[in-house]
Amino acid sequence: MAVTKHTKQFSRRAFVLGLCSTALYGGLFTRLGWLQIVNGKQYQTLSDNNRIHVNLVTPVRGYILDRSGHMLAYNEQNFRVQIVPEQAKNIEKSLENLSRIIDLRQDDKLEVVKRAKKQAKFIPIKIKDNLTWEDVSAIELSLPDLSGVSIDVGQKRLYPYAEYFAHMVGYVGSVSEKEMTDNPVLRLPGFQLGKSGIEKTFENSLRGRAGTKSIEVNSSGRMVRELGEEKGLMGNPVSLTIDRDLQKRTMDILAQHKSASAVVMNVHTGAVYACASYPSYDPNLFATRLPTKIWKEWNEDAGKPLTNKALSGQYPPGSTFKMITALAALEAGIANKSTSAYCPGHFDVNKERFHCWKRAGHGYMNVFTALEESCDVYFYSLAEELGIDKIAAMARRFGLGQAYDMAIPMEADGLVPDKMWKRGQFGTEWHLGETINATIGQGYMLTTPLQLAVMTSRLCNGGYAVKPWLVAHDGQYHMPKRQKSWPKMRIKDDYLRMVNRGMELVMMGDDGTARSAAIKIEGQEMAGKTGTAQVRRITMAERRAGLLSQEEIVWKHRHHALFVGYAPFDNPTYAVSVVVEHGGSGSGAAAPVARDILKAAQDIDPAKTQIQTKPLKPRRVQ
Amino acid sequence: MDFAMSSKKLTLGAKFRAMPLFLVMLICIISGLGAVALYSAAGGEFYRWADKHILRFGFLFIGMVIIAFIHLKYWYFLAYPLWIAGMGLLLTVEIMGQVGMGAQRWINLGFMNLQPSELMKIAVILALARYYHDIGADKARQYTTLIWPALLMGSPMALVMVQPDLGTALMIGMGGIAVLFLAGVRARLFVGGIIVGAAAIPLAYYYILQDYQRARVDTFLDPSRDPMGAGYHVTQSKIAIGSGGMDGKGFLEGTQAKLNFLPEKHTDFIFTLWAEEQGLMGCVLLIGFYLATFIIGFVYALQAKHVFSKLLILGLIINLSLYVMINTGMVMGVLPVVGVPLPLVSYGGSAMLAALICYGLIISARIHRGEPMPKGNAF
Repeated sequence: MAVTKHTKQFSRRAFVLGLCSTALYGGLFTRLGWLQIVNGKQYQTLSDNNRIHVNLVTPVRGYILDRSGHMLAYNEQNFRVQIVPEQAKNIEKSLENLSRIIDLRQDDKLEVVKRAKKQAKFIPIKIKDNLTWEDVSAIELSLPDLSGVSIDVGQKRLYPYAEYFAHMVGYVGSVSEKEMTDNPVLRLPGFQLGKSGIEKTFENSLRGRAGTKSIEVNSSGRMVRELGEEKGLMGNPVSLTIDRDLQKRTMDILAQHKSASAVVMNVHTGAVYACASYPSYDPNLFATRLPTKIWKEWNEDAGKPLTNKALSGQYPPGSTFKMITALAALEAGIANKSTSAYCPGHFDVNKERFHCWKRAGHGYMNVFTALEESCDVYFYSLAEELGIDKIAAMARRFGLGQAYDMAIPMEADGLVPDKMWKRGQFGTEWHLGETINATIGQGYMLTTPLQLAVMTSRLCNGGYAVKPWLVAHDGQYHMPKRQKSWPKMRIKDDYLRMVNRGMELVMMGDDGTARSAAIKIEGQEMAGKTGTAQVRRITMAERRAGLLSQEEIVWKHRHHALFVGYAPFDNPTYAVSVVVEHGGSGSGAAAPVARDILKAAQDIDPAKTQIQTKPLKPRRVQ
Repeated sequence: MDFAMSSKKLTLGAKFRAMPLFLVMLICIISGLGAVALYSAAGGEFYRWADKHILRFGFLFIGMVIIAFIHLKYWYFLAYPLWIAGMGLLLTVEIMGQVGMGAQRWINLGFMNLQPSELMKIAVILALARYYHDIGADKARQYTTLIWPALLMGSPMALVMVQPDLGTALMIGMGGIAVLFLAGVRARLFVGGIIVGAAAIPLAYYYILQDYQRARVDTFLDPSRDPMGAGYHVTQSKIAIGSGGMDGKGFLEGTQAKLNFLPEKHTDFIFTLWAEEQGLMGCVLLIGFYLATFIIGFVYALQAKHVFSKLLILGLIINLSLYVMINTGMVMGVLPVVGVPLPLVSYGGSAMLAALICYGLIISARIHRGEPMPKGNAF
């Protein structure tokens, strides 16, 4: 067939279309090259980001151990239900459905909704934890109706000895808004951090390092498979010098009183074996929402269960201070072995009368008998010549008026008054009467049970300025073994021996104020000193009307009962200080407590135990 | 009309021998690659999509051969009746949509869902090819002869547009206009208006409109296709294609698709999966196979002797080419997502049916190129 003009036109037009198509396909290939070659790397990254989520894994918190490795705080599995906002179609709806399955408080629901608005949408939010197995299985069954909801296994902090160690170990709790930082670990659901005690002070050691888990997710964010895991590090264990058994015994002994505290320490090393404050609280209750009722009870309890009185309770030392006065006088040369004073039952100076606790008087007293019978007048008589500054200096040398690094928050400083202090505080001059009060540990003077234990240790350890310590090892470095490293105090051994003799007589002398509380077992005999601290000044009117017995007045107005002691008396290892709040008298209330504690300390003998830095049992103790 | 223009009888054996083997082979290869892609889309599962795809291809391939063996003159006779039948189906779908539950684009045939609009694209080309075959190239230059073609194109376009399926309506229009152009309608009409306009639409869309406007146009063009937000599908699709790089991530290794970041990964977005797993090389290969069939068709059209054959072959080639261009263009983010499948590769009966009918008609025109045609108008 001949090629006509129309055929030519068709071919021409077909080529035009063909060229157009070629151009368009060229464009498509260019686009393909642009996407796959020029920007390929970038899209590769985007693709990886699409599918890989890096999740933090909550680190396991380190144990807190006693000196033998008993766990005072460990972790247990905790099943909790959580919600991921970006996976939830409707958070309120999911929570509503969930509340039909488990018991959910309205507050909790609102809290979840509030948090969901604040933080990144992919971070899970804890709804409720400490779920029972029944709850867990019920939720798992209904998961299809609970979009965004999932079950997670976390760690729960457990304090097996509850009240016994609460003040020392402390407790953990959810991160508050104030504590929130940029650290993403803090935002992990159910993450808890130390709120008090060792848990708080050693937060950094205990926390450990969070691991990461890379997971491949699909477009709805659901995990398809794990790509890799970088193991986190469990927190370091923190080992204390405390002896579990002695601490428990001490708490049990204190429990006979309404409110009391005690410290037991090694007189040579300064290791604290027991640090007890009764009443106490159960730190496990902080793991979940604490009922308001209990919180209110704790706060209103006159025994102040939330306060660690052994470290933060401040009391006038009363007669337990008399050793310091005696040492100050001995060193100043005002008193010696043979000097004596006459006690008619009172001491008059500048028309003011200072009473001895024994109205009838003690008669002639020397430094030994004055300590044995706790004669006030003997010490009054030293006051004028000695002056407050020498007394205060001696008190400081023996460790009063300062806080120690016990690694527990809220340790009190106490107070050792002197002329300068008074001028600074009140702008007035120091009076002799105040010195007289200070000689028997009354007036402005304030001490903590811990300071009294330190004082006692320094009195009986041959004159070393020992300091107390509670944390033996925090997983990073050993606390130095301090046995022989404490500096020697510049005080004559003779003077110390004289004071020690006086303290022995308190327990063993015929007229010793605490002879009825002595330990009679050979080799365990103790020495000590009673103290009774006035809570409230006795007015002249009351004195004229005749003093009421301590049992007859309101509890909170009764004297504090104190006792400091050590054992064995001839080769001391353990020093104890006891304060029974409003216990009436040192000899009646505190001395028997101190005796029982010193007996227990010698029986258990924690000084013989080497400090362990690893848990005794690898998993858990119950 | 004179039906007996030649005494030469084309036997069945001769038709078999006349089958363009290379073209048929390419069709089989493309469909086979489709099965591979579908196997991967199902996450390495054969009995999900790939099996039905192969089965369907098997049946429809036989259909294609039958279509190819049917004498071209019968297709010429059937051109208008088929157009009327297609319109009938479109109306049926439309009425069913009005009466039934919401808009529907297909008729359920039990073994597959038939989309009449897919068949209508072919019917329009058939009808236009016959119309211009009948009137001859000289009359095609007269503006008055444009009335019928306008009706043949316009009425199905209107019906499809109200479905609403603007993408398919435009495809019918573009295929028809291409036939008009080839038939010899005055060039100034196209040069002056339509080609510029048609070319300007994607250009304006891509270069002038802002991103958010484009997103609006996308959702405007086809709201029902885009329930999750205009950008999401295309963004994920681009990430998938781009991350494939030169060599691809490897067979069954496409993370975007397997993790469900890809929408419609087995139908309209199958090319994305292919691009992610096979990379640029795989894409060039796949599109290359299509282009090879188009070039073969182009040569057939040039060698054809009747107006009907020439217009039919090139019209169908352009129709097929539009599928490929629009589908790949939309998954690459240069065209709005309008729901056009990739013929022979995408999972779905209507698209495969339409594609194989197209190839069947092209082969029929090739086999019967020496046969006499009614009216005998040749260029």
